[in-house]
Amino acid sequence: MTDLTLSNQSLATRPAPPNEATAFRLPTQWIGVAPFFIFALMFLILPTIYLVVGAFQTGDGRFTLDNILQLVSDPSISASYWVSIKISFWSSIIGAFAGLAIAIAIVRGGLPSWTRSATLTFSGVASNFAGLPLAFAFLATLGRVGIVTTLLRDVLNINIYAMGFNFLTTSGLIAVYLFFQIPLMVVIIVPAIDGLKKEWGEAAATLGATQSQYWRMVVIPVIWPSFLGTVILLFANAFGAIATAYAFAGPALNIVPIKLYSQINGDVLHNPQLGYAIAFGMIVITGLANVFYIWFRTRSERWLK
Amino acid sequence: MKSGKFWAWVVFIVGAAYFFIPLMATVEFSLRMRRGVHSFDAYQIVLGDARFQSTFLYSVIAAIFTIILGILIVVPAAYWIRLRLPQLRPIVEFITLLPLVIPAIVIVFGYIRMYGSNSPLPFLGSNMGANALLVIGYATLSLPYMYRAVDTGLRTIDVRTLTEAAQILGAGWSTIIGRVILPNVLIAVLSGAFLTFAIVIGEFTMASLLNRPAFGPYLQNIGANRAYEPAALAIIAFAITWGCMSLIQILSRFAPKSANRPN
Repeated sequence: MTDLTLSNQSLATRPAPPNEATAFRLPTQWIGVAPFFIFALMFLILPTIYLVVGAFQTGDGRFTLDNILQLVSDPSISASYWVSIKISFWSSIIGAFAGLAIAIAIVRGGLPSWTRSATLTFSGVASNFAGLPLAFAFLATLGRVGIVTTLLRDVLNINIYAMGFNFLTTSGLIAVYLFFQIPLMVVIIVPAIDGLKKEWGEAAATLGATQSQYWRMVVIPVIWPSFLGTVILLFANAFGAIATAYAFAGPALNIVPIKLYSQINGDVLHNPQLGYAIAFGMIVITGLANVFYIWFRTRSERWLK
Repeated sequence: MKSGKFWAWVVFIVGAAYFFIPLMATVEFSLRMRRGVHSFDAYQIVLGDARFQSTFLYSVIAAIFTIILGILIVVPAAYWIRLRLPQLRPIVEFITLLPLVIPAIVIVFGYIRMYGSNSPLPFLGSNMGANALLVIGYATLSLPYMYRAVDTGLRTIDVRTLTEAAQILGAGWSTIIGRVILPNVLIAVLSGAFLTFAIVIGEFTMASLLNRPAFGPYLQNIGANRAYEPAALAIIAFAITWGCMSLIQILSRFAPKSANRPN
């Protein structure tokens, strides 16, 4: 009973005794969230809007579509978008399926419980292990004097470089990006698989469903919205990644984040307006992905309460 | 069911191999510096390098300031939303997700254009200002993790009852947040803090574009010019990340069980 009255809504919104403080009620309502909103506005939202507006302006502030058109007409820029989209797309699709398989294996596969905690800890590490150290690790493994490269050459007489292997190809980068995409998928999708209630499986079995029917008619429909949502998050994650690729190839590699990096540093062409347009293109692509993400998430939350 | 378990093992082992072979290879490679024998030469050179020490110290200090800034922004906001303004929750959740969607390079580009030395807020006009802007950028990057960690922590305590009890005993707002709420969500805040630490330590894009002497640009420089030292640095960086994650795991074991759901 006391608990009920204490958490009463009207009491909680009027906690102070009616003294002169009531004159300041409106500001105190907002004072706790004000630092957050001021911070987000100044250092997240306004800088982004600044770039978006700049993408539609000339150097002296007049409105123009030239910068945006240049994204399409400049073959090296449109090519970099295409390569980035391909890498992000395939690394997110492959990463999502591989991550899903691992998540199902450790949650539902009947493996000993240490595999679950070990995988989750490792995934937490690996999904944050992107960037430069990751590139160094892959160079030590599959670089020209890397261990796997030399082992393959000396023991099995296979020279992967003679066979056309190269990190700087689209498929080479996809393989490297998977090293942080798969763990991120595992981290995000395990709670969704945990959310599959045991009773649903029992109910399906009681109604005479086979294992494949249970998967097809219960598991997949429940999992797929959060699965698709995570794929999109992985896409955005790969699309913005720069450090790993930069460590492999420096400014030479033609993907969007590196193009923008060179543009900002001014060592290729120094044209801030074009930089704005490139940034705008990145925001549009990841923003579209996010719209889908939110849509899928609201759908998945209907089930996973 | 038998074949299910078989395939589960296959998936687990293939996955483990994909992740462990590069790590083992990196360890082995980092020990190969002296011809013919395994040695810790690369580690000795790296750890003895004055630039390693100074850039690493710089990043550690940046991480500490980032964590403090993140706590100051996130804890009051998350608390206030739980207590008074639940209608703002969707908006705040959306904002905290934005840094996962807007690439870091875009955010820092916006800073460079908005806070240059000729702007009304010339962060980049001085060294200290640029350091501050880097910390601000890192706090932005860590928003998604920090907010989620703190919000999860707040869910396990009865915010309203604690606040009212403190108010009845005559506590002001700073006492309530500093001495009642914060200690209760300390473990959640710490797990957000370690994640932030792991992110900040190796971060390259922001530090490099703001021209700060941080660990990430140093790593890039070594990676471009040396052979064995980068492998040693990768192992050191991996060990740091692993340490942070293990601390989160250990801390979560000490987290208070929910007052609302005592299970």
